[in-house]
Amino acid sequence: MIPSFKKFNSRFNFAFIDENTKREIRRKLLKAICLPGYQVPYSSPEMPIARGWGTGGLHVTLSVIGKDDVFKIIDQGSDASVNACNLRDFVHRVTHCRVTFDTHAATLIQTRHRIPEEQLNDGQILVFQVPQPEPLRAVERYETKTREMHGEADYARMWVSLYEAFVRYGDIMQGAGYPVMVNGRYIMSPSPIPRWDVPNLHQSDCLYLFGAGREKRLYAIPPHTDVVPLEFDDVKFRIEQFPGIRCSLSGTGGAFMDELYNDLGHFRHVINDSDFLDKLVEHKTRPQQWSNKYLQQVLDEMNANPDLES
Amino acid sequence: MPPILDVRQYTKRFDMHVLNGKRIHALSNVSFSLEPGELVGLVGTSGSGKSTLMKSIYRTYLATSGAILYQSLRYGPIDLVRATDHQIIALRRDEITYCSQFLSVIPRVPAVDVVAESLFRQGIDRDRGQQQSRDYLDRLGLPQELWDAYPSTFSGGEQQRINVARAIIARPRLLLIDEPTASLDQRTKDVVIDMIVALKAGGTSVLCISHDRYTLDRLADRRIELQDGHVVAASEPVS
Amino acid sequence: MTNTSDTWLLKVEGLTKIYGEPNENSVRLTGPLFGSNICPETDCIVACADINLELFPGEVLGVVGESGSGKSTVVRLLYFDLESTAGVAYFSRYGNGTLNILNESGQKKRYMRNHLMGMVYQNPKDGLNFRFSSGGNIAEKLLMAGNFNVGRIRERATELLEQTEVPVRRLDDSPASFSGGMQQRVQISKAIANNPPLLFLDEVTTGLDVSVQAKVLDMIRTLQQELGIAMIVVSHDLSVIRMLTDRTLVMKNGRIVEQGLTDQILQDPQHPYTQLLVSSLL
Repeated sequence: MIPSFKKFNSRFNFAFIDENTKREIRRKLLKAICLPGYQVPYSSPEMPIARGWGTGGLHVTLSVIGKDDVFKIIDQGSDASVNACNLRDFVHRVTHCRVTFDTHAATLIQTRHRIPEEQLNDGQILVFQVPQPEPLRAVERYETKTREMHGEADYARMWVSLYEAFVRYGDIMQGAGYPVMVNGRYIMSPSPIPRWDVPNLHQSDCLYLFGAGREKRLYAIPPHTDVVPLEFDDVKFRIEQFPGIRCSLSGTGGAFMDELYNDLGHFRHVINDSDFLDKLVEHKTRPQQWSNKYLQQVLDEMNANPDLES
Repeated sequence: MPPILDVRQYTKRFDMHVLNGKRIHALSNVSFSLEPGELVGLVGTSGSGKSTLMKSIYRTYLATSGAILYQSLRYGPIDLVRATDHQIIALRRDEITYCSQFLSVIPRVPAVDVVAESLFRQGIDRDRGQQQSRDYLDRLGLPQELWDAYPSTFSGGEQQRINVARAIIARPRLLLIDEPTASLDQRTKDVVIDMIVALKAGGTSVLCISHDRYTLDRLADRRIELQDGHVVAASEPVS
Repeated sequence: MTNTSDTWLLKVEGLTKIYGEPNENSVRLTGPLFGSNICPETDCIVACADINLELFPGEVLGVVGESGSGKSTVVRLLYFDLESTAGVAYFSRYGNGTLNILNESGQKKRYMRNHLMGMVYQNPKDGLNFRFSSGGNIAEKLLMAGNFNVGRIRERATELLEQTEVPVRRLDDSPASFSGGMQQRVQISKAIANNPPLLFLDEVTTGLDVSVQAKVLDMIRTLQQELGIAMIVVSHDLSVIRMLTDRTLVMKNGRIVEQGLTDQILQDPQHPYTQLLVSSLL
């Protein structure tokens, strides 16, 4: 009888990706952190999910995760969406790391198109899944040209497109993925987060990492970096406004809202961030939010009209 | 005082490459001078080289040999044959004006601006330049409704008046003027002659080509006659 | 056609552009003497070679020649659209005229293009972005010169369109819907938006019908007189050259064959090629 023995204890390496590839991705991440806002090309190895479904974020997550990390993943603010659940299960299966819904308890958070409402601290990393890393793609279709434009800080056409939007629609209409100037040097796409989240990139305590798997690019915003949304002297950046609107579940405002429609065409507002909403409803506490002047203005207005609270 | 213009042994030959290298001897060893404030009439039959000489002084034609010394306000004594293009441009702007027989007009520029162009070049503002220009056109009897029209559509006599006004308005130090009174009626002829006389009284030296005996009798201090590109007769300066 | 002073604004020496792989004989074996700009030994194309010129402030210089004579190449090299093979160029308004502007970095070149130069191309598509409005096209120049106030940008764009006789109500329309003459005038507005001391005009009236041509030329003359911009005007059309310029360079097979005062070039041309060109003038 032929003796059977196992060559490996596990069928894959810790965190799925082999150590050499992880090392490559970490090296590229270090470069990205050194050049805030600069897009670093990387290998973008094959994953057991299709490109365009969060592979970039997954590459970053799996390359930086350690055995002691506590992992959280959200998809447009929700811990419970199919995409978030599947990726959470996958990360857990290949790392056996603890997973959580609690923003505050997590050390590593992967996100699709939102920054949590609760302020992140210096022990936390937020990993963005990025569909289109190139902010200039809308104005220039050739990669060789956009790289040259970044190299020379030639952002004329980006600015003209904002001017054009203002002229055509009376406002800079860019909703998700509002372009930002990072560290006074590179224009960067913050991934399709709402404008509501953009000010939170500025001078934060946590580290932001961005992974675009399909486009094979990594970039980063290190802690305490200047991140400024593009605006004109007389046409300013604004965040989404929810005037007088309260969440139908928690009865409060001051957070990014979803509009939920029923079959009759009626709609109600619900706070988008599921963990934030849970804490408000179940624990009756309001977690520490980010502090930025845009949000402050919203909170001030809300507090000035307490009678609106239902 | 040295002459303001001193033409020495000036020779001009045209080499026509397109006509199998045919050579035309236009001027041979022409020498004469023009004193400050003097008006010299250039006479001679058609084809004798009068206009060629004038264009040579203005540097529209390049010399084959010889020299043309000019006493410039800006550069001092300068040989117009050897001066740089940029020096010539500056002299044309500030000191030397050439008024040809034919008005070379620019489409869509009204008469008033055609006349005032040299003033604009000297940096005089638009309103003042146009004001002066209207004044000249008025004195030359150009109907007021033509002032803002385009001269390309004007009659020969009207174009002639534009051309003269354009040359005189600049108040040059040296005026080269080709047939200023041809195709003008007697009254306008006298107006033009009076204008040139006034200009001369202001110190301008003038070289004038004319076939018109009356014009030369009233204007010229002396005459130089050209024939087949040679000076055949020249009266001495009056002084 | 206005004031010129005594020092150059732009000085170019030995400017050369060669496509392909030249050898040491390429420049020697091409040019008007050989009637060709293709090197017989390596088949490289000598688009222009040994171009020397000086342009004075406020001066208008014409460059005339047949198609393929290299005249457009010269202005495109000076506007940094193409990279030169050899030669130097100094610009008195940049680094006190001591730096070879052709050797500067892309970023510095762009600074010069945005602040100190303007270009009007034969084809408006080369100078304008048809996906943007006319105002947006003008705004591009103003934004790059550090003007980030939308209100003031629109004021200036309006002023420029008035100056170039484009109906101001078309400010927010794309130039794609404009007539050829109007596109050209928008291009000129953009080129002069930052009051540059130097403007390149490359066959600006070619392809326009005669009445529109006259209108554009007249506008260029007026702007030149009012703003005192130095210009290099490239054209194969001698009447354009006659109307706009003080001095003219004549090019053939990538070389300057003759230069002089424009009236001299037209009335007493020296080089056989110039004589042929002038005698062919309608």
